[in-house]
Amino acid sequence: MDKAVTTNKLTKKFGDFVATNEITFEVAQGEIFGFLGANGAGKTTAMRMLCGLLKPTSGEATVAGYNVYTQSEQIKQRIGYMSQRFSLYEDLTVRENIRFYGGIYGLSRADLKTKSANIIQELGLGSVADTLVESLPLGWKQRLAFSVALIHDPKVVFLDEPTGGVDPITRRQFWDKIYEAAHNGTTIFVTTHYMDEAEYCHRVSIMVDGRIKALDTPAELKRAYGVNSMDGVFQILARGKSAL
Amino acid sequence: MITIENISKTYGETRAVQDVSLTVEAGELFGLIGPDGAGKTTLFKMLVTLLLPDAGRATVAGRDVVRDYRALRSVVGYMPGRFSLYPDLSVEENLQFFATVFGTSIAANYELIREIYVQLEPFKNRRAGALSGGMKQKLALCCALIHKPEVLFLDEPTTGVDAVSRKEFWEMLGSLKKRGLTIMVSTPYMDEASLCDRIALMQTGKILAINTPSGVERLFDKPLFAVKANDTYHLIQDLRKAPFTITCYAFGEFLHLTTQDGISENDIESYLAERQHQAVEIRRIEAGIEDSFMNLMQHG
Repeated sequence: MDKAVTTNKLTKKFGDFVATNEITFEVAQGEIFGFLGANGAGKTTAMRMLCGLLKPTSGEATVAGYNVYTQSEQIKQRIGYMSQRFSLYEDLTVRENIRFYGGIYGLSRADLKTKSANIIQELGLGSVADTLVESLPLGWKQRLAFSVALIHDPKVVFLDEPTGGVDPITRRQFWDKIYEAAHNGTTIFVTTHYMDEAEYCHRVSIMVDGRIKALDTPAELKRAYGVNSMDGVFQILARGKSAL
Repeated sequence: MITIENISKTYGETRAVQDVSLTVEAGELFGLIGPDGAGKTTLFKMLVTLLLPDAGRATVAGRDVVRDYRALRSVVGYMPGRFSLYPDLSVEENLQFFATVFGTSIAANYELIREIYVQLEPFKNRRAGALSGGMKQKLALCCALIHKPEVLFLDEPTTGVDAVSRKEFWEMLGSLKKRGLTIMVSTPYMDEASLCDRIALMQTGKILAINTPSGVERLFDKPLFAVKANDTYHLIQDLRKAPFTITCYAFGEFLHLTTQDGISENDIESYLAERQHQAVEIRRIEAGIEDSFMNLMQHG
């Protein structure tokens, strides 16, 4: 099966509140999949279910071929996760963070050594490898967090608003890394509030009030809604009226 | 309405704000645009008298930020970047509290916040901590306005907020501006810069440029092209290796390619044809604020 993620009528209720309402979609291996929606649309709930952190109320879902109800531990071992809020330990050094995450994912001593050296070299962190992460610029932390999320060669990596707050060049350097990972076969599942980043995705879904209101390539969505940007599409769907 | 002369602030070895000077006219909507670590928050805190500058001086509405700090506090409204209301108080209690602290009442200045507060009124008994992100932001704005300030300082009001709520927030700022309020707002979102009368681009404590949004766009002085092809990943790789390329970055659906002078669409097209790119589209474009900002970041 070459689908990295599949869901069928996946639903989560908290009491009477339906946070995620019968969402159905598939993500192919190596795809960059943009998961968009307004604040409170249900993105985080859906993502938590896919990461094996939250049991669905009903419906089906698989991630990397594993069932979210019965195989959440296998899922956790085969996915990477990064968010702006939680990713690295600020009071550990660059090298310690890499070693810590490598250890959690059960990398062998030899693998860990190679990976650690590769990450430090690739990101140009040689001079700060033994510096506490808290003193690094945000953009460096984000790229390090991304590399660490990929340390165990996961099938799918979930990125929850990975680029908030950084300058436009750093933001694009981060996307260079995303393209590279996707090119190497990793599936990217990403949320963002930057609508220009939605354009970088192969396909995009837009959630409104717990449901997926639209799902297609950016080009097809723009054509369907008769607008020239993903911001236009988002404004129409999420606001329920014309962007003008 | 705001004058800043050579103001600086250092934390340990970090020079958070370095020798910044600017003026903001009465009634202006002025944007401070820059990423995390640019010094926006430090500058704001000095202007609303929460931090003392190490050097330089500044006045807001004619009051000096050091000498006249008490008088200054009553004529400015400040919405900090982090949610700073009382989460255990209700919506109405928060508003009441801020009105009382400034010696006024909700009723006295209700007209100023009416447009925004009507959206909150159905939830006025809800604890502020239990509000959604967009609602918290609206309440914080009401609390910053309730004493009828002359100048409003908004530190990253839209960070982490979805594109729809961001648009609504900027519409609110537009109507406050129409009432004559002077507004200084910071944001890391370049698309919001075009909604300001003038902007200052900031990076690591320094101002890169101060101008109108269109003035900033005109600072870009090199040929710029939008380029697209089937395989974006290889397109970026190949364009970055091209002899004519200065920079190449993803920009929405297209790549933005900055080249040396004298390069035409045809030059780029034949370079890409040699490398078997399919469905190539190339066109010369005018720079936007983000292009200009990136250019200034690299070349000063």
